[in-house]
Amino acid sequence: MTTQRITLTVNGMTHAIEVEPRRTLADTLRDQCGLTGTHLGCEHGVCGACTVIVDNQPVRSCLMFGIQAEGRSIRTVEGLADGATLSPLQQSFWDHHGLQCGFCTPGFLMLATWLLERETPIDEAELRHVLSSNLCRCTGYQNILKAVREAAKGLGKWVESAPA
Amino acid sequence: MGGIGASVRRLEDPPLLRGTGCFAADVNLPGQLHMRVVRAGLAHGRILSIDTLAAAAIPGVVAIWTGADVASLPPIGFRQMGLTALEPYRQPILAQGVVRYVGEPVALVFAEDPYVAEDAEELVLVDIEELPVIIRATDPIGDFDAAHGTEPTIIRKEYGDVGAAFAAATHVVELDLIVGRHTGVPLETRGALAEFDDATGMLRMHGASKVPHANRLAIARMLDLPSERLHLHEGHVGGGFGIRGELYPEDVLVCLAAMRLGRPIKWIEDRREHLMAANHSRDQRHHIRAAVDAKGFVLGVEDTFFVDQGAYVRTHASTVPDLAAGMLPGPYVFPAYAAAAHVRLTNKTPAGTYRAPGRFEGSFVRERLMDAIADRLGMDPVAVRRINLIPSSAMPFDRGIDALGTPLVYDSADYALLLDKFLRHLGYDALQARLAARRAAGEHVGAGLAFFVEKSGLGPFDDVRLELYEDGRVELITGVASVGQGVDTSLAQITADQLGLSYEQVTVTHGQTDRIARGMGAFATRVTVMTGGAIVLAAAKLRQRLLAKAAELLQQPMDSLQLRDGVAGPTTPGPAIALPALITACLAEDGTDRLTAEATFESGHMTYPYGIHLAVARVDAETGGVSLERFAVAYDIGRAVNPLLVEGQIQGGAAQGIGGALLEEFNYTDDGQPLSTSFADYLMPSCAEMPPVDILLTEDAPSRIGTLGVKGAGEGGTTAAGAAIAAAVDAALGRRVPITQLPITPARLRAAIAGR
Ligand code: FES
Ligand code: FES
Repeated sequence: MTTQRITLTVNGMTHAIEVEPRRTLADTLRDQCGLTGTHLGCEHGVCGACTVIVDNQPVRSCLMFGIQAEGRSIRTVEGLADGATLSPLQQSFWDHHGLQCGFCTPGFLMLATWLLERETPIDEAELRHVLSSNLCRCTGYQNILKAVREAAKGLGKWVESAPA
Repeated sequence: MGGIGASVRRLEDPPLLRGTGCFAADVNLPGQLHMRVVRAGLAHGRILSIDTLAAAAIPGVVAIWTGADVASLPPIGFRQMGLTALEPYRQPILAQGVVRYVGEPVALVFAEDPYVAEDAEELVLVDIEELPVIIRATDPIGDFDAAHGTEPTIIRKEYGDVGAAFAAATHVVELDLIVGRHTGVPLETRGALAEFDDATGMLRMHGASKVPHANRLAIARMLDLPSERLHLHEGHVGGGFGIRGELYPEDVLVCLAAMRLGRPIKWIEDRREHLMAANHSRDQRHHIRAAVDAKGFVLGVEDTFFVDQGAYVRTHASTVPDLAAGMLPGPYVFPAYAAAAHVRLTNKTPAGTYRAPGRFEGSFVRERLMDAIADRLGMDPVAVRRINLIPSSAMPFDRGIDALGTPLVYDSADYALLLDKFLRHLGYDALQARLAARRAAGEHVGAGLAFFVEKSGLGPFDDVRLELYEDGRVELITGVASVGQGVDTSLAQITADQLGLSYEQVTVTHGQTDRIARGMGAFATRVTVMTGGAIVLAAAKLRQRLLAKAAELLQQPMDSLQLRDGVAGPTTPGPAIALPALITACLAEDGTDRLTAEATFESGHMTYPYGIHLAVARVDAETGGVSLERFAVAYDIGRAVNPLLVEGQIQGGAAQGIGGALLEEFNYTDDGQPLSTSFADYLMPSCAEMPPVDILLTEDAPSRIGTLGVKGAGEGGTTAAGAAIAAAVDAALGRRVPITQLPITPARLRAAIAGR
């Protein structure tokens, strides 16, 4: 199988790797870069467990090839904490029991990190709309929503929806 | 801090939040080969030939096996509730001449790379001659093989005089009810990695979960290995729900291949395989009849049902029909009862347990019956239920039948009290008045309520070992397992509570067969009750030792001392000694580096938590779409170790119950082709479909098993969801279209509305 030499920038670090063109970004991150925090729940773009941030957009890394990510800035769950200090969102997931088995968690964290970094403030409808793109089989979502909501409040990004 | 009753955050979370967890796919070993399973593409047929030439020619393919390569191994045996009549229906680890469902393992490819293994799998040509297909449990009985039919057994449970009940009845109410085929679908697919060390003769398998000790023994027996040569290791586990961790063909195959090929073998299933090959569940059709007196009291119940077991009988054997039949009466008196469960083999993926096995189905059936009785007699659904509830004065209540091989004795309950509390909590009358007003204004909205009884704490035993180190850290070693439900934290809290420590000082080791000799594992919502019971006993031994030493050092009578906040001292203010100093003193005396205590907790009974679900549904009469405005769960847990985690279990369970009620279903064509093989076809709730789940947790009926009073929380969010939602949809449509089938899909509901 022919491989290509590429350089990926993941969480600010460069990885010079050799990869088959057909290999997904998820597999490339996991197998070539040793970053196994990005999980695969379906490999066909539905569950969102594999969500990473590529050039400031949330991306399903099972639907993109590794070579397509060359020259872009990739962020994965391993890059969220600052050393021993969890990001406010990670901390909020911990405080509000936003995870059980933790398999979906990296995907939710990356999706919600993107959401919280956007300029626009977030309300309940937007929160649910965005998070409904990922699946969790354990939590029933209530505590995931709560964790993101509380993190948004802490960051001054939350607006109460207009009463219906 | 963090003793019993505290809603502390979990010990498990930091690595999971940082992406440094260790799930099965995250483990790699140098020199590993990747296994890919070639699966049957037809639902029933004779294998004429398997052509592996083209596949074997691909560079990087190391070996290809077919059924002939493993013909000497026995089929997968039963872990619980085995019956001789079921034995001919066990699954071989690779098909032996005949395939019986789409997805059945037929051949294996071993390759240097997982992509290459998959390329080669596609080139393995399996020629199959088709045989007749059975697709529904209620189809006529066919042939499993030359000697066996497709109905291996009928499981019967009965007590009282059902004939007399029907003879005395004022009303007889009958229903035909269907619960669809769905299952746990953990977000992590299955996976395993086996390594064999030729020098020591040790075989190790990573990726175990749920029942590592039982699987260790089963694999050792199948491979004809002494069990001390095999160890199973559990890493992080991405959800269990009954289906994960049972022994599957692939687990045995990676172990066998690691020995035969002399290299580590890794197997990670993809989602399509998972939906075709891991256990399915539910899929029952019931015909139930009730004999009712003029006031709405049920004199007797008779239920005949058909269980679609799929193509083989797997590790659970008769567990699901047994639980369905045994626990169907739920919280009601039902003086006479007879159930007959027809176990039927079909040509679908084999079935096993899924969260609230048998009870999700049974609760749907029983609670639909109670609603039908209310309708027939023109009574309020709550009133019918209330007059049939077993009174608290009758506890413990012996049903006179068994479930899971233990006598079905409800240990403690006050059903009527929970009903009262729940109705008050909900503002039930006002809620009904609001819904009636909305219905009068043309909206299709309604509320439905359903009772359930759960079970937890299955014995017969659990062992623990506590190791207390000089600095006050404790390691708890147990033979249970984690499937992602928060076992570490709750067990650490119980340990901390008993030893007067912070729960953060406790490390929990589970799922490692080389750390403790035996263990029952994590299933049937048993861990908190059974392991908790063992911790209490082991901790008492440590406490005894520590307090005796403290009494000596402090010159105080031992019974005036306690362990609290890391200090041994008097219950009233006075001189005290810090735990590390006390431990050091004991260790100096023993000449060891840690204090150790072991204990076994035994129990021949289960404990029975219970609850009520309420759903408020809105129906779009045009599309048949159902949305839930509200979902509430009342649950008596006996005693909650960590209310935050209990609520998390209930919320997650409710989502699965709601999925089963409205969305999830494995559909098949008439020739047995599965139609639900991706997440685009097998629909699970996202946060957009989930209403807020309102939980009323009570502790009115502590368990009589052990001293902690705890009952389990694993399944009560799921159990009555189908029943409550069906009742809510009935109410939303003005009780004109009785819901008799789950899931309530838009197509089904629209057809029912159009056809009424
Ligand atoms: S693994 Fe990529 S969306 Fe599911
Ligand atoms: S926590 Fe298990 S899938 Fe979300």
